[in-house]
Amino acid sequence: MYIAAFTWTEFAQQITAGVRQGAVFAGLALALVIIYRSTRAINFAQGEMATFTTFVCWSLMNHGLSFWAAFPIVLVIAFVGGVTIERTIIRPVENGPVITIVIVTLGLALLLNGLMSVIWGGGNRPFNGPFSTRTIDVGGVPISVQDIGIVAVSFVLVGLLALFFRFTKLGLGLRAAALNRDSSELVGVRVGWMLAFGWGLAAVLGAVAGMMVAPILFLDPNMMQTILLYAFAAAVLGGLDSPVGAVVGGLLLGVAITLLGRYVGFIGDTLKLPTALLLILLVLLVKPNGLFGRVAVRRV
Amino acid sequence: MQLQSVEARYGPVKALHGISLDVAAGELVAVLGANGAGKTTTLRAVSGTVRRTGDVVFDGRKLPRRPDAAARAGIAHVPEGRGTFSELSVWENLRLGAYTRRGSIKDDAQRVFKYFPRLDERKGQQAGTLSGGEQQMLALGRAMMARPKLVLLDEPSLGLAPMLVKEIFERLERMRADEGVAVLVVEQNANLALAHAARAYVLEVGNVVVSGASEELRANESVRRSYLGY
Ligand SMILES: Nc1ncnc2c1ncn2[C@@H]1O[C@H](COP(=O)(O)OP(=O)(O)OP(=O)(O)O)[C@@H](O)[C@H]1O
Ligand SMILES: [Mg+2]
Repeated sequence: MYIAAFTWTEFAQQITAGVRQGAVFAGLALALVIIYRSTRAINFAQGEMATFTTFVCWSLMNHGLSFWAAFPIVLVIAFVGGVTIERTIIRPVENGPVITIVIVTLGLALLLNGLMSVIWGGGNRPFNGPFSTRTIDVGGVPISVQDIGIVAVSFVLVGLLALFFRFTKLGLGLRAAALNRDSSELVGVRVGWMLAFGWGLAAVLGAVAGMMVAPILFLDPNMMQTILLYAFAAAVLGGLDSPVGAVVGGLLLGVAITLLGRYVGFIGDTLKLPTALLLILLVLLVKPNGLFGRVAVRRV
Repeated sequence: MQLQSVEARYGPVKALHGISLDVAAGELVAVLGANGAGKTTTLRAVSGTVRRTGDVVFDGRKLPRRPDAAARAGIAHVPEGRGTFSELSVWENLRLGAYTRRGSIKDDAQRVFKYFPRLDERKGQQAGTLSGGEQQMLALGRAMMARPKLVLLDEPSLGLAPMLVKEIFERLERMRADEGVAVLVVEQNANLALAHAARAYVLEVGNVVVSGASEELRANESVRRSYLGY
């Protein structure tokens, strides 16, 4: 093992890059957590859903729309798509065993992946993002506008969601439906719609993550697959049923693997994912429910 | 509110064999019966949380069988085990009570706190960390938040000290008198239930076997022997 030459400027740049990656993991991890809390299943189609909506954005831009004009349209399409998926594909198996739901989401992932290849063709293509890759000087550290933009967009989205869940009646209904279905029905929450709404929100989170990383990764049907693995890891690290955990887990993971990849020579790019999984394994040995996982507080 | 020959089943198991029962506006009615008689199922048939046939008429209209229909019509069901959201705060539980209503809930909350000052003190606390008695108060408070016309209460005394049960029933009685809410209460403690209820129904294996005014039932030999224990 060797330690690469170290400068504080570069270290700050690496941290920024880590936070940028982490913000994307966080968004996708949050999507996984929202669905996990209501359906008790991991949505393996989350990555493909995100890529699909990013392709929609790409098409809209090809038809002459600017990114920021396409952005809200894509979010609406993502939301409606997420709701529709829940109502049509997930609902029939909703009360079945978790493994059935998981397999349905796997099938959905394959289906969407195939659809993307049929509609847009395989192979990757450049995606013109909204942010320039030019760097600006932040306290003596050159940081790319793109990194700042991605972090800002992700944080704003997560912040808005937090406010929504905490302070609106609909947000409270969503949380209640995820926590206790029967009691929610007794107070008049339309649980079925809440679950669908959760899928809509998850799809929106995925769409934003996809549109943010596409300029960096290039767009192709498999674009989100590795990121989804990191997002799983982040969600488990934070505690699968904790939204706060997903965000913190995502950021920690992003920064950790960026720093390790840069400063620990043998890890480099190739060993990042296994290292990430190993880290998480270690954390879970100490905290089996993840960093923010629910510890049941219930008096009988 | 009226049940007209309501049957209910869990899969192949029939739990109610045609129950007819009514509760007038502002009336406190008790449902008595041995374990497994179908008391809980009767309440669930009203709130539509069990498969049922036969009609539930509320306020002159047939209730649809959607699970949220009863809540939206003004029926608050406090189920066995209280149905509070243990992971949410006391305040959030109360907000959920008013879920089907528009507009401000401040006045309603003040009213609930008047009956249960303890809840005011514990607004921010996670409901799961409340004591059993406090949770029962929260369940009642949450029901009140809906400004219901009818409250369905399933064994409010379960697991509570006798003193507390008495207190809960007294507040229930006050709520009924002050707010004009009708109450249909299932209770193991038949003495207590008959002391507070105007009328009662006695269930046995999914059928109503006796019904009438509380004094009549207390005078009834077989009811006394089976349920009152003297
Ligand atoms: N979820 C269920 N699945 C299958 N059968 C059930 C279910 N719930 C209740 N039953 C059956 O229906 C019948 C009536 O049950 P119910 O819960 O209404 O009784 P209860 O009068 O409330 O009894 P207890 O005093 O013990 O609460 C019982 O025979 C019970 O076994
Ligand atoms: Mg019962």
